[in-house]
Amino acid sequence: MSAVGAQMTCREMVELVTDYLEGRLGGPQRARFEAHLAICPGCQAYLEQMRQTLHALGRIPEETLPAAAREELLQAFRAWKRDR
Amino acid sequence: MDQGDERLLRALRSGDETAFTTVVEDYSPLLLRIALAHVPSRAVAEEVVQETWLAVLRGIDAFEGRSALRTWIIGILLNTARSRGARERRTLPLSFLRRRAENGWDEPAVDPHRFQGRRGERPGWWAAPPERWEEPAERLARDGARTAMIEAIRGLPPRQRDVIAIRDLCGYSAEEACDALGVSEANQRVLLHRARAKVRAALEQHVKEDVAG
Repeated sequence: MSAVGAQMTCREMVELVTDYLEGRLGGPQRARFEAHLAICPGCQAYLEQMRQTLHALGRIPEETLPAAAREELLQAFRAWKRDR
Repeated sequence: MDQGDERLLRALRSGDETAFTTVVEDYSPLLLRIALAHVPSRAVAEEVVQETWLAVLRGIDAFEGRSALRTWIIGILLNTARSRGARERRTLPLSFLRRRAENGWDEPAVDPHRFQGRRGERPGWWAAPPERWEEPAERLARDGARTAMIEAIRGLPPRQRDVIAIRDLCGYSAEEACDALGVSEANQRVLLHRARAKVRAALEQHVKEDVAG
């Protein structure tokens, strides 16, 4: 790990990506992160892929329980109501 | 717990069928997403969600409302999915290394071999940088990419899996993930970081194979 103020390496940068995306990097760290990013195509691609990954995860289609399963649950609810 | 939760809880306890049907419809898709990340098949995931709702009914009179209703339900789902997932995987040996890696404190986000070594021109900089993905939105929306993501999440240590399911599959806040899992904000962020890094790496591999045809 290089000293604070020194130029950030790619290896350090990839470990700070989540803190960066979560808005948890302090001012000086954030400035070093962005300075590195500005001159490093590899890290630009990495960050871009991370954003695309998160976007894709959030878009995995929402499916729900089949109607039969929901009907069973309703029956269970009625039984629960009756028995308590 | 907010006022909406209190109203809903009263309705459920009084046996209001519409309230029950609505809550099942509202939350089941999210519960199913989390369950899918834990168990090997869609059918088992559906059973886990059903079991969760039955457990909710059994527990609802005792629920004290210290957390949001949704957080409480997610907690039940996670317990159910975890014990079910463990049962499904019972035949596989439990790896010591995998248990050690649970928190992932010392796991790098990227394979260290992809960076230049001490004798490189720029030590610590990329030796094998990631390549930009062509048409990422279309590519990552296909079944193959989705399977790669779900498989990658299933392969994670349990707590990393829980965090990424709640945060990125369901889109809930860091605070909600901390509440549901009982971890600190900093710990949550470490778990999320390791999980996201591995899912990205799995997608990178998938895209590479996809492009190579």
